[in-house]
Amino acid sequence: MSEYVIEVKELTKRFGDFTAVNRVSFTMRAGEVLGYLGPNGSGKTTTIRMLLGILEPSEGDAIVLGYDIRKQAESIRPLVGYMSQKFALYDELTMRENLDFYGGVYGINRRERPGRLREVLDMLGLTERQNDRAGELSGGWRQRLALGCALVHRPKLLFLDEPTSGVDPSARRTFWDLIYNLATNGTTVFVTTHYMDEAEHCNRVGIMFRSKLLALDTPGCLKTTALPGAAWEVSPDHGGASLVTALTALHDVPGVVRAGLASDRLRVITAPNAHTAESLKRVMNGAGFTEATIERVEPTLEDVFIALAGHDVVV
Amino acid sequence: MINSRLLAIIRKEFIQIIRDPRTLAIMFVMPVIMLFLLGYAATNDVRNVPIAIFDQDRSAAARDLLNAYRNADYFSFSFDVDSVEEMKVLIDSGQAKAGLIIPPDYGRRITQGDQAQVAFVIDGSDPTVAGTALSAATLIGQTKATAVLRATLETRGQSGAIQPPVEIRTQVWYNPDLVNAYFTIPGLIGMILQFLAVLLTSTAIVRERERGTIEQLIITPIRAWELIVGKLAPYVIISFFELLEILIIGTLWFKVPINGDLGLLLALSALFLVTTLGIGLLISTLAKTQFEAMLLAVVTQLPSIFLSGFFFPIAAMPAFLQVISYLVPLRYFLTIVRAVQIKGVGLISISNEVITLAIFGVIVMGVAVGRFHKRLD
Repeated sequence: MSEYVIEVKELTKRFGDFTAVNRVSFTMRAGEVLGYLGPNGSGKTTTIRMLLGILEPSEGDAIVLGYDIRKQAESIRPLVGYMSQKFALYDELTMRENLDFYGGVYGINRRERPGRLREVLDMLGLTERQNDRAGELSGGWRQRLALGCALVHRPKLLFLDEPTSGVDPSARRTFWDLIYNLATNGTTVFVTTHYMDEAEHCNRVGIMFRSKLLALDTPGCLKTTALPGAAWEVSPDHGGASLVTALTALHDVPGVVRAGLASDRLRVITAPNAHTAESLKRVMNGAGFTEATIERVEPTLEDVFIALAGHDVVV
Repeated sequence: MINSRLLAIIRKEFIQIIRDPRTLAIMFVMPVIMLFLLGYAATNDVRNVPIAIFDQDRSAAARDLLNAYRNADYFSFSFDVDSVEEMKVLIDSGQAKAGLIIPPDYGRRITQGDQAQVAFVIDGSDPTVAGTALSAATLIGQTKATAVLRATLETRGQSGAIQPPVEIRTQVWYNPDLVNAYFTIPGLIGMILQFLAVLLTSTAIVRERERGTIEQLIITPIRAWELIVGKLAPYVIISFFELLEILIIGTLWFKVPINGDLGLLLALSALFLVTTLGIGLLISTLAKTQFEAMLLAVVTQLPSIFLSGFFFPIAAMPAFLQVISYLVPLRYFLTIVRAVQIKGVGLISISNEVITLAIFGVIVMGVAVGRFHKRLD
């Protein structure tokens, strides 16, 4: 078996004229948490479905846990867990019955199952409501139950497709703690999201946009390599009302890749070596904002994403 | 070792069925409703056809003829009219289905030994009623004519000459009183079982698809046959209880005996169930939504019920429909259930039907399993 848990080469999926996933290549090591960041419809779910062996790739290959997804999908199944966007639960069954069902379907024998169920319920904090019907649960509970169903058979590799969509922020936080626990215990986690802040938690982040994997690296490296220029925070002096005027002024300046609103300030991305704090200050002075303050800031993944995606749109 | 995947599916399906009490109630109430509805409605027994009488003669002979009609309970003398027009109004409005017109010279002609003519008018818009009423009217008339002839000859002292050259002695086997329920109730067993089984299972896989759980199931190590068999098993058991329900009502209420071996009847019903449940599952793998599945179920059910010989005899159908009817499993089961329940025959007499049904079952299940790919595209 190779050193990689997942090895993807030029994976492509076309539906008629539409290319959902376009020549994606990457590798993943054991114990890694890999975040797949991208808007809805960018090809994240299609990629997962191909890796699970339930969608046939149009082109390219992938090896998951040493098995070819085209020919050995059945061998991959017992070893991976999958939590779909829809939280595929049976509403008529209780939490415990849902877990018991997946436990049975994954072939955990009857003697071993009660112990494993207790373990999962406990780990996910579901014990107190284990006898409630899944249909009566709110988002956060359903989400954790869906995770439980995906990992009841102790998979080596876990695919989580938008696990935090439609869940409140505190539940999202708890959920990421769970993901880290799993990774610490040796589970490899492939997780998709469209929340930029969540992607920061991952060991590595892949940026998916319009069917292409634009970049894949640690969040830190992405910020230095994938974002070629610099990020700035610009505060015009006259408060909120003038933000829009300042934004319009910055838009047309050569070397400014992107300018956007960020709460009571402006966030500006500039091309490599195009600007300094002084040159931006001069631009602001010229637009009549004599008191403006300019500060160079650490880029966020959102900056990286916008810079990459914007680049792609131009090309 | 017992297959834990199969058990898990069966258990899950059972819980889902039991936790949906409304559907469960429908499953057990529907056969009763259908049985009573069809048991009484789906009958060709024509009795008490309302008839209008226009007796212009009012002689003893005319009364004699009318009594002959009255004594056979095919007709009820609802109207006594004084003109053909009055009779026409009654038949037009549907109040009377038939009319009997006795001419003024009827009695005189009979006593003179001449041929007397009586007109029998019938509303042909319902051919079943009309057909039965017509043959009844003809038969009663002929019997009466023979009696009159015999009486006339007797008065002339020629009674010996009236022995008919051929006498047909009829014997009705299995159902000597020709009770219609003997034909309908066993047929209903097949029809209701098929109707419910197909309807229930047709949504089984589609429901998982609509809820998104199918994706989660496909990526588990479960095999196609385990999923199909696991989904069918609870419905086989439920349908079996429905079968018992129908048999009990059939014997206790409609007084239709079970002349054959009950065990054989149940075993062959199970075979039929597997076939029909398989058809339902096949529909389920073809349809994309539950609505589509229901529609497909109804669209396949109706023709199969009509072609099965339940309502219309297959022998009376045009040749090409008869050929198509060979593709309807219900056709074989109706033959089987009528043969076992009413004729009380054993397996040997119906081996052709049983073998055909078994082949059907194997094909349908095979195709359903084959259709269920563990891929999404």
